[in-house]
Amino acid sequence: MTESVTTPDVLIPDNSGGWSEFNAERLTPMKKYAMRNPSLIVGLGMLLGMLLLVGIGHVVWDTEQFRPLSAPTRLGPTLSAELRDGTTAAFPFGTDTQGRDLLAVAILGTPLTLRVGLIAGGVAIGLGTVAAFLAAYYRGIVDGIIRSVVDVGLAMPALLILILVRINIGRELSIDEIGIAIGLTSWVFPARTIRSQVLVMREQTYVELSRLSGTSGMGIIFKEMIPNLIPYITASLVGSVAGAILASIGLEAIGLGNFSEPTLGMTIYWNIQFSSITLGMWWWWLPPLAAIVIVFVSLFLISSGLDEWSNPRLRKRV
Amino acid sequence: MTEQTQAVENTSTSNVTSIIRIISGVLGHFIVKRFLFFLFVVWLASTVIFIIPRLSGQDPVKEKLLLEAQRGGAMQTGLDAMAKSYQKRFGLDQPMWTQYVNFLKDLSRLDLGVSIAFFPRTVNDIVFESLMWTLGLMGTVTILAFILGTLAGAVLGWPRKPGWLQYIFMPLLTLSAIPQYLLAMILIFVVAFQLNWLPLFGGYAPATVPTLTFEFAVDVLRHAILPAFAIIFSAIGFWAIGMRGMMINTQGEDYMIQADAKGLKGSRIFMRYAVRNALLPQVTGLALVLGTIVTGQVLVERVFSYPGIGDILFQAIRLSDFFVIRGIVIIIILGIAGATFLLDVLYPLLDPRIKVRNS
Repeated sequence: MTESVTTPDVLIPDNSGGWSEFNAERLTPMKKYAMRNPSLIVGLGMLLGMLLLVGIGHVVWDTEQFRPLSAPTRLGPTLSAELRDGTTAAFPFGTDTQGRDLLAVAILGTPLTLRVGLIAGGVAIGLGTVAAFLAAYYRGIVDGIIRSVVDVGLAMPALLILILVRINIGRELSIDEIGIAIGLTSWVFPARTIRSQVLVMREQTYVELSRLSGTSGMGIIFKEMIPNLIPYITASLVGSVAGAILASIGLEAIGLGNFSEPTLGMTIYWNIQFSSITLGMWWWWLPPLAAIVIVFVSLFLISSGLDEWSNPRLRKRV
Repeated sequence: MTEQTQAVENTSTSNVTSIIRIISGVLGHFIVKRFLFFLFVVWLASTVIFIIPRLSGQDPVKEKLLLEAQRGGAMQTGLDAMAKSYQKRFGLDQPMWTQYVNFLKDLSRLDLGVSIAFFPRTVNDIVFESLMWTLGLMGTVTILAFILGTLAGAVLGWPRKPGWLQYIFMPLLTLSAIPQYLLAMILIFVVAFQLNWLPLFGGYAPATVPTLTFEFAVDVLRHAILPAFAIIFSAIGFWAIGMRGMMINTQGEDYMIQADAKGLKGSRIFMRYAVRNALLPQVTGLALVLGTIVTGQVLVERVFSYPGIGDILFQAIRLSDFFVIRGIVIIIILGIAGATFLLDVLYPLLDPRIKVRNS
């Protein structure tokens, strides 16, 4: 492994050293690390592989047919379905009871759902990190207020608060609004865990040393603490994204999603609503289900891979 | 460290005396303080719930009437007068402050109001009927999954386990990453639809009336099997991951090395030293999860059309029955805050080290 990577280093003369140097200094350790941390690589591979398939789908397939009534209804997966005007068309994933082309739905749905998750996870981790640093670094009354907000927030089930808010807004939310709303209701848990990490870090000798050498509070936070917390924050981000996707699918499956967007959760909603299982239309519920399983399993693998990165204590044992 | 070990060992031998000592020592301020915090959480959460609808400037009663009028095609003329009389009925015409005080007063008597959609029925009546179904199924399943998962995790985190056990870890992890309602859909398709072994949906056969007969009990059990499995499969993984992590953390501790050096039997070190200490965070988790069981499985209930809280919540959303939704949210908050409070009070009994910190 190492030999095959380092040999070109010797052969290639100095003028093209940029790449080989990069190869030896950056890529080789990364490859070595990948061998030691397979779950991170497998998880990333699954997620990127699915996004690649979705990207290809966007290019080669007419995704406009995700709308109802754009295709014949209740077709099983077929490559040549005869349309009413006599022409034939292919529906490799079949169609549902309302005449959506399910391949188009599958292509559009996955990135939409990931987008909700990323927006919500970003909002949650952003707010959570700021709150955690405010609380843990400045302590005192700031900490007291943030801690009670977090404690109360943890006692309020986010999904139900979302339902209450959504009912009172009284209109359908767009995909991005759903993401932001989920983020606003789910920042308390990351705030709590990051706060405890910062509290531990505060007592470390290198922070102490930095404080003694006259670094300002902001300097300590940005130069000493944030860089050391990045692995942990990234791991929490992945967890938050997974949680947000779960929440968004929950919100949509219970009938509070955006009815004009073909997200994975809305497809699940239509499946439950028209009881596709008892109709025997397996091609309707199988693709969104598989996509959701792949998303969750890959996010889970990525987060346990990141865990290994941020918590080396787990490495040696078992 | 030695003191800790002895403290852990001592509690089991002199449980009664230590319990009495802890209770007398703690009653002075600790429980009272915790109870006040419990009240504070409930008060703040219900205030938020009171404010949310007022912020949006919408009127749930009027909304509901408009919706009904659109559906039924009723005349629009009498609508405002009707809304007014309803608002009077629900006390929504009074100033905000009075409404707030009334709301808190009703809450303190656990009166959650009247349903808009099923008008004369109270929210309590509707919610408690379905609560029985949810608690019966979810409570049993959660505790079962906790026991099985914790055991699995304890064994998986033990260095001297049989080698083949390593291979069940990945499937457990993968299962835990799949949302329960998706497992539910797969189970319905395979077991109920394809194999036709178990009923497809519901809490009992559609034509029967709930009675206390043997046949009905069997019927209820048959309907509960699939939802139960859907939840257990993924919950086991969740508990196993947590327990495994805690078991690994105990490995390097001084008391483990000491127990090893004393030449204790492996099984004793496993149960009394490693599991005993690793269990504490799991118990915290259990209390929090028990607080959320009522809503945790809303979607599983929805997939199975199980007659629990999830189903009621879905109906209430569909009929925009604001008071029922609000009632469910309040009950959940009471559940979670209550579970946290009980845990805070009971924790010193489980972990003697906590007592030292408080006195």
